[in-house]
Amino acid sequence: MKKILLAVFGASLLFGALNASATPEQDRKEVLEYYKNKFPNLKFDDYVNGALALSQDALDQYKAIMEFPPYDSEVDKAKKMWETPFKNGKKYADCGNVGKNMAGHFPYFDEKLGKVVTYEMAINSCRKANGEDEFAYDDMKTMGLLTAYSRSLSDGMKMSVKVEGAKALAAYEKGKVQFYQRRGQLNFSCASCHIHQVGTTLRTELLSPALGHAVHWPEFRGGDSVTTLQARYVQCNKNIRVVPFKPGSAEYNNLEYFHSYMSNGLPMQTPVFRK
Amino acid sequence: MAEPMKIRAQAEGDSANVKVLMNHPMETGQRKDAKTGQVVPAHFIQTVTAQVNGKTVLDAQWSQAVSKNPFLGFKVKGAKAGDKVVVSWADNKGDKNHAEAVVA
Amino acid sequence: MNTKRRTFLKGAGAAGTVAVAVAAGLLKPTEVLAAEWNKAAFDAKGMPDALKVLNASGAADSKDITIKAPDIAENGAVVPVEVTSKIAGTSSIALMVEKNANPLTANFDLANGADGYVSTRIKMGQTSNVRVLVKAGGKTFTAVKEVKVTIGGCGG
Repeated sequence: MKKILLAVFGASLLFGALNASATPEQDRKEVLEYYKNKFPNLKFDDYVNGALALSQDALDQYKAIMEFPPYDSEVDKAKKMWETPFKNGKKYADCGNVGKNMAGHFPYFDEKLGKVVTYEMAINSCRKANGEDEFAYDDMKTMGLLTAYSRSLSDGMKMSVKVEGAKALAAYEKGKVQFYQRRGQLNFSCASCHIHQVGTTLRTELLSPALGHAVHWPEFRGGDSVTTLQARYVQCNKNIRVVPFKPGSAEYNNLEYFHSYMSNGLPMQTPVFRK
Repeated sequence: MAEPMKIRAQAEGDSANVKVLMNHPMETGQRKDAKTGQVVPAHFIQTVTAQVNGKTVLDAQWSQAVSKNPFLGFKVKGAKAGDKVVVSWADNKGDKNHAEAVVA
Repeated sequence: MNTKRRTFLKGAGAAGTVAVAVAAGLLKPTEVLAAEWNKAAFDAKGMPDALKVLNASGAADSKDITIKAPDIAENGAVVPVEVTSKIAGTSSIALMVEKNANPLTANFDLANGADGYVSTRIKMGQTSNVRVLVKAGGKTFTAVKEVKVTIGGCGG
C-alpha cells in the first residue's frame, strides 16, 4: 500500500519535466515559473544564494562570514597556483578559454570530441597542451583549489550555457534524465529534493532550489574545505544512498550540462562559504 | 611557522572599523584524528592584543571555543586614516604572530 | 586612564603600565606581552563556577547590550557573534557559551577609544544560551541570546 502511495505521489510531481519533446529553453522557463509561484517574494538573482535565500537568519550568518571568510588564505594559495607559469613559461590564461569571463560558457558541447566539456576539463586540456600532468577531477587540493580562484575571475558574468545541435541536445537530455530519475535505496531523484520539496526541511536541512545551484562553485564548506560541484554530486548521491559516479564522468558532465543550463542568466559568484 | 594574518582597517566617520583574520587551527584538544584515532592535542590562540599608534585598544583572552581561522572585529573611536594598527597573538604552544596595517 | 576601570581577567593596573611603556617608547608594539592567560577562568566548568571565578554572579540584566547571533546556527563550528554595548564606560566584554564544557569563550578588554563592540566567530557543541558579560564603571551587566545548533542530514 505504501509503495503504491509513493508511486502516485511521485508521478503527480513530475509536471511533465520528463517530456522529451520540450526544448531546453522550455524546460528552463518551466522550472523558473515553478519557483516563481512557489516563492513569489524571491527575486531572480536571489537564487545564487541557494537555501540561504529562503532564510534571513542563515543569510545573515553567511554575510557575516563572507566579510572575511575563514578560507581567505586558501584563495591566496589558489591565486598563486593560477598565476605560476608552467615549466614552458606559459600560463593558464594563455590557453584562451579559461580565466576571465569564461566559466559561464561551461559546460559546452564539443562537436569534434562529441561530448560535454566542463571548465575543469578545459583546465586539464590547458595543462596537457603545455606539457603538464592533468589533475584528477576529484582532487580538491589541485583541481578544487585552482578552480576556486580561476572560476572567480568570471564573477558577475551571467551563466550562458548553450545547447545547439542534435548531439548537444542528446547530452542535455541525458543530464535531464540523471536529474529526474529516482535512484538508490531511498528512491530519490535530484528533483525530489531540489524541485519538488525545495524550501521544506529534510532532517533539519532547508532544501535548496536547483535554480542557482551551478553558479557558485567551488564552495568552501564548513569554513575551509574546498568542494567542486561534481564533488558535491558525490556527497549528495551518498546521502540518498546511491552509488555515486566519479567526478569527471560522462554521467556527471551531462548532469552538470543540464543543471547549469537551468541557471542561465544568473550571475556567477565564486567561491562562497557554505555550512 | 604560522601563516600570515590579515588586517583590514577602514575609517568610518570618527571611528576606524578593524577586521582581522588569523590563520590558526584552534584545536580543542577533544577531537580525534580520523586516521590515527589519537586525540589531537589542544592548540589555540590564548591572547590577542591590538594597538592603534602604539596604544593598546584591545586585549583579548580566548579559549579553544573560538572558531578555526579566527575572526576578530572591533571599532576604535578617534582612529583615522593613516593610523597604524598592530595586532599580535600568542597561542598555548608559545607560537606568536603579528601583523600591521594602516587605516584606509 | 580611569582608575576605576575593572576588567574581568586582571586588574586595570597591568594594562595601564603596558600602555605607558609603549607610549614612552620603552617597548616596541610587537614586544608587548599580553597579560597572562587566565587559566582558572577558562578551565571553570559550568556556569555557576565560571561566573564565580569572573566575580560576575550578581550581574544585572541590561537592554543596552545587543547580541547579534543566529537563531539557528548554520554550522556549530562557525557561529558569528557580534556584541554591542551602549553602556557608558564599557571596559570589557566577555562571551560565554553556557552549555560548552568550559563556558568562558573569550574576553575582550577595551581601552583607548575602543568602542563597546566586538565581533568574532565561536564553536558551539549544542543548542545553548550565549551569555555576554559587560564591565563598565566597576559594575557588571549581562545579556543572553539562545542559539540553536542542529546536526544536519546532508549539510546543506
